[in-house]
Amino acid sequence: MRFVGLLRANLGRHKRRTLLTMASVALALFLFASLRTVVTTLHAASQFGSARRLVTTNATGLVFPLPVAYANRIAASPGVEKVSWANWFGGRYGDGKRFFATFAVDAKSYLDLYPEMSVPQDQKEAFLADRSGALIGRRLLDVFGWRVGQNITLQGTIYPGDWTFTVRGVYTPTDKSINDDAVMFHWQYLDERTGRQGTTGWYIFGIDSAQNAPRIGKAIDEGFRNSSAPTKTGTEQSFNASFATMWGNVSLLMNTIGMAVVFAILLVAANAMMMSARERGREVAVLKTIGFSDRRLFALVLAEAGFITITGAAIGLGAAKVLYRATNFSAGGMLPGFDVTASTLGVGALVALFLMLASGVVPAVRAARLPVVAALRNVE
Amino acid sequence: MALVEIRDVHKSFSRDAERIDVFSGLSMDIEQGSFTALMGPSGSGKSTLLNLVAGLDRPTSGTVQVGGAEVSAMSAGQLAAWRAANVGFVFQQFNLLPVLTAFQNVELPLLLTRLSRRERDERVRIALGVVGLDDRLRHYPRQLSGGQEQRVAIARAIVADPTLVLLDEPTGQLDARSSQEVLALLGRLNEEFGKTIVVVTHDPQVAARAQRQLHLDKGTFIEQASAAGAAV
Repeated sequence: MRFVGLLRANLGRHKRRTLLTMASVALALFLFASLRTVVTTLHAASQFGSARRLVTTNATGLVFPLPVAYANRIAASPGVEKVSWANWFGGRYGDGKRFFATFAVDAKSYLDLYPEMSVPQDQKEAFLADRSGALIGRRLLDVFGWRVGQNITLQGTIYPGDWTFTVRGVYTPTDKSINDDAVMFHWQYLDERTGRQGTTGWYIFGIDSAQNAPRIGKAIDEGFRNSSAPTKTGTEQSFNASFATMWGNVSLLMNTIGMAVVFAILLVAANAMMMSARERGREVAVLKTIGFSDRRLFALVLAEAGFITITGAAIGLGAAKVLYRATNFSAGGMLPGFDVTASTLGVGALVALFLMLASGVVPAVRAARLPVVAALRNVE
Repeated sequence: MALVEIRDVHKSFSRDAERIDVFSGLSMDIEQGSFTALMGPSGSGKSTLLNLVAGLDRPTSGTVQVGGAEVSAMSAGQLAAWRAANVGFVFQQFNLLPVLTAFQNVELPLLLTRLSRRERDERVRIALGVVGLDDRLRHYPRQLSGGQEQRVAIARAIVADPTLVLLDEPTGQLDARSSQEVLALLGRLNEEFGKTIVVVTHDPQVAARAQRQLHLDKGTFIEQASAAGAAV
């Protein structure tokens, strides 16, 4: 504690330089935490899914529909408990700049299969009773300022035209990996307006036991093997993961950019520390003459680097944590549950420690090894 | 009684593959409580001798003992601790830390002791009082005159109550009046507080204050004079 005054005086020697170095470290750690959170959010989304829910899609690809008549045959398969189905709608609202997901679902069975979507009972009943009703995610409702009972008109992209729905309910996910940035409406409404084609995008169904999932999935796919639309069945988790893979190797990209940012800032911080140490060669020599040991000077210089990097890191990581949570950030619904995790904060702290050592050790060693007589002779 | 005992000291430097011998078998004593002036032309070895006594430099061979401790045989860590407790050093260019106040500059050696904050505070005020700057505690070096800066540096050198105070050209950067103030202060430190003072100087006025003048040339004492001015 007795050296705090000396440390503070040295940090305040070039206030602007110290603050800028600190700010650059803060910015680096903020970016690092943000980019890593993209990766952890995508990973969490790909991991979401009940082990007791399976998804069946067209074997040819997700964009190819399946006959809705498959529902009864799937329901009749041994081990299957509840069946529902959903279809990607692809609507947009207003100028279309704000992206969100819209699904046409078999409402009753869908809500039964997803107890993680919490809907007040009266709103749920109102939604089920209104064929043109819509269920809106809490976040999206807030974004557009909609309210229950209001009519909203979406422009269809896959299914052209204006589609008007009445907001009948609001769902709030109990699992933060579930997107609360979406619109759901009745599949029957879609089917009616599209000429009763009787097709859907995919089936979701509950099973009696997670252990039976491979057997049940295989049996269902075998049953449709020779039909006009063969199926592919897998766990809900692998279905979600297939969406995540659509991002390509985002994780590698994000991690690479994050590390590049940290490395760039490391050079800035190291340069600032070196410059600071070089300027103080004479003072280090004087302190040695007074009786400061090499070890103590090493610790003092390293403590300076530590204060700058740790404070900068705390600001950067803290800002990322607080800012994203306070603004309920989700990248326009693309990244539901976007929140800086404890592991990201931990890795960020390690990065800060690395920054401290990498930027502080060289000037600290230089100060410790400075030959007093030569340093004094240079200035005397 | 000799406080400093230098025995058969050799010191050489290498510069651009050339070997420069500064001392070749130098021996001398400095009595406890004495005021010694080291004089001589540039390159004669005055500052090197001061550095050897302060433990800032090591002899190539030979021994340097101060107060019975063999400085020349200590490790770097031991030397740092020894200097903190036993030696006060004053430079020609004051060498105060510009980011610290006069109080904080003087407090620096005490940070290395186990003294409490209150004890440190008390000692710093006493030291600055001795040099007549107890009204400049919160001033930064840039707010002080050259003479005042040097007096703060002297306060820093004596605050830990060392036996030995070493000064390298302490009046070299000062005007005549400030030089006189510093000289009076050195005399007081020697006579009133019993400090052993060794000062490197080119200034005859400073040398005249010393009880003993040693003239160095090419690493050898060519003349010793007492305070009375007679060669001894």
